[in-house]
Amino acid sequence: MIKIERRDETSNLIYFLTPVLAIFLTLVAGAIIFYLLGFKPSEALKFFFITPISDLYGLSELLVKATPLCLIAIGLSFCFKSNNWNIGAEGQLTFGGIVGGGVALLFYNHEGFYVLPLIILAGAIGGMIFAMIPAILKIYFNTNEILVSLMLVYVSKLLLDYLVVGPWSNPEGFNFPETRQFSDSARLPILFDGLRIHAGIFIALVSVFLAWVVLFKTYLGFQIKVSGLSLKTAKYAGFKGKTMILLVFMVSGACAGLAGVGEITGPIGQLHRMISPEYGFTAIIVAFLGRLNPIGIVFASLIVALTYLGAETAQIFLQVPKYTGQVFQGMILFFLLASDFLLFFRIKFLRFKKYEY
Amino acid sequence: MYKYFLRLLASVLLLLGFSMSANAEFKVGFVYVGPTGDHGWTYQHDEGRKAVEAAGIKTTYVESVPEGADAERVIRQLAQSGHDLIFTTSFGYMDPTNKVAKDFPNVKFEHATGYKREHSNVSTYSARFYEGRTLLGHMAGKMTKTNVIGYIASFPIPEVIRGINAMTLAAQKVNPNIKTKIVWVFTWYDPGKESEAAQALIDQGADIIMQHTDSTAPVQVAEKAGVWSFGQASDMQRFAPKSILTSIIDDWAPYYVERSIAARDGTWSQQDTWHGLKEGMVAMAPYNSAMGSGLVKEVEKLQKDLASGKAHSFTGPIYDQKGNLLVAEGKVADDGMLAGMSVYVKGVEGDIPK
Repeated sequence: MIKIERRDETSNLIYFLTPVLAIFLTLVAGAIIFYLLGFKPSEALKFFFITPISDLYGLSELLVKATPLCLIAIGLSFCFKSNNWNIGAEGQLTFGGIVGGGVALLFYNHEGFYVLPLIILAGAIGGMIFAMIPAILKIYFNTNEILVSLMLVYVSKLLLDYLVVGPWSNPEGFNFPETRQFSDSARLPILFDGLRIHAGIFIALVSVFLAWVVLFKTYLGFQIKVSGLSLKTAKYAGFKGKTMILLVFMVSGACAGLAGVGEITGPIGQLHRMISPEYGFTAIIVAFLGRLNPIGIVFASLIVALTYLGAETAQIFLQVPKYTGQVFQGMILFFLLASDFLLFFRIKFLRFKKYEY
Repeated sequence: MYKYFLRLLASVLLLLGFSMSANAEFKVGFVYVGPTGDHGWTYQHDEGRKAVEAAGIKTTYVESVPEGADAERVIRQLAQSGHDLIFTTSFGYMDPTNKVAKDFPNVKFEHATGYKREHSNVSTYSARFYEGRTLLGHMAGKMTKTNVIGYIASFPIPEVIRGINAMTLAAQKVNPNIKTKIVWVFTWYDPGKESEAAQALIDQGADIIMQHTDSTAPVQVAEKAGVWSFGQASDMQRFAPKSILTSIIDDWAPYYVERSIAARDGTWSQQDTWHGLKEGMVAMAPYNSAMGSGLVKEVEKLQKDLASGKAHSFTGPIYDQKGNLLVAEGKVADDGMLAGMSVYVKGVEGDIPK
């Protein structure tokens, strides 16, 4: 007989160690998969996790890749902590990119220190407004925010498609679906010559710090936490639930919008149809792997970013199929959820009691 | 318990170890936009890579590289890891290719379908797919009963418009009553959208379906509906054996082998290549015998004439939709005009999306 019962209390230390365990189990399972695919596991893992970051360029690329993931996940943590399931960060990123990119095109060939801050602000506001749609619909019409935010992803992607094919396409670009390259005044400054790491990383770091302050040092953070633990308690305590829903979606959308605008003014430098390789969805894994904790999210974004880089190097050096990167992301989440289950529940093997005289 | 894990962790870390080996061997790298198993665009580029490998040159590829911020890193990594020649096989790699080329003057770069060659180590190449479209138009004009030809188009760039025009001109020559109906899907590869487009065209009376997109969905829809179709990029015959009359095949192999050998032997130089039926970069899959041996012979002759230069896809007089003369009688369109083509010829329905 097997019985599953809830544990009375869980250790805080173990709570933050299980992600590490999940990563370790992923490495073991990954080694087995590489072995079954006919690769030397040690070599494959080396090319996957060490080679990509064994030089300065690699480290810079890791940060370039982790920056949007970290930003989005920070925003998502506000939503997820308070039981609001914003699945549409990808859409908010795209819409932020559209609004920010629009401003960048508006200021095409303008020089001036104000251009870049305006673009960044526009991107944040764009993402914020786009995230308010599911929030307002949830508050006033009790709609399901998962569905609404997810469907809006396609809306914003189609809007971007329309803009880069039509009205915003580069007039000298032979109708190819992309805008002009932004002027230099509209680009995030590069931090080191020859590397791609850009000032966007500071936006991410400031967001991490602000998120930490808000979540742990303010009344609002307390409200978010309580609402996540028990909605009834939050209501009983007299928290204003509707305002909070709107607020967490706004934070989340603004972060995603910043990530979008950081990509187009950073490494990409223009608008086209592929401004994000689904960062908005991958950031959901990052948020949970980081335990919805700002510091945890920083580490989680670095690890998940590494799986992208690793998949590329492993293919270059060993011709390992590129999709192993996604397999690794999936495995990390799987092992995390599995160990969470064991963390919160205990499995008891019961023996039938013998009749005692 | 945790001691056990620590021991396991330590042993895994030990197994990893560092070693970077510098390699002087000549290597060619390929960057693909899709998976090698797409049976279309990327599949054909990978066939080309295999030919290079068969010629005794070591190759590497990275598949499914998004055309965004990731492309530059992948191209740079290939350059950094000792690849001497790098083929970037999608339009969206144009700016990243030129950017990396600037930092690696000793590495040669070949970018497919683009127009920027900002550094002397960047070449561009593309194929005259429109010559294949001319053959398709000839067959379509002869085979249609409804006089409506359905065309699934991707993006309104010159290459796609050129194909639509070449096909329409050739079809008009053998059947003045034909109309070309176009559905723009704004994607290169999306089986769902492509099959919806094919169905919509069939519902509008098209009994010929052709595509400038890469999935096999349209030919499969055509097979089911019992109308004729044409494959794209690779021989798609096995996906719609009854419906497909032929496929336009992109054969990159000869070019890839030639350029790789040139780069290895030090004779590589910058160029803008635009090869067609003559050089074999555009090839035709076997013709379906269902169209009758008479028509097959006609098309084979036209194919030979296009290859030898006796015939040209854009021979005047050619008029645009409004009736303005584009190419005078007895003249052929020059490459400059073809490269920038952005208007429909007479007989195409609808407007180019703006």
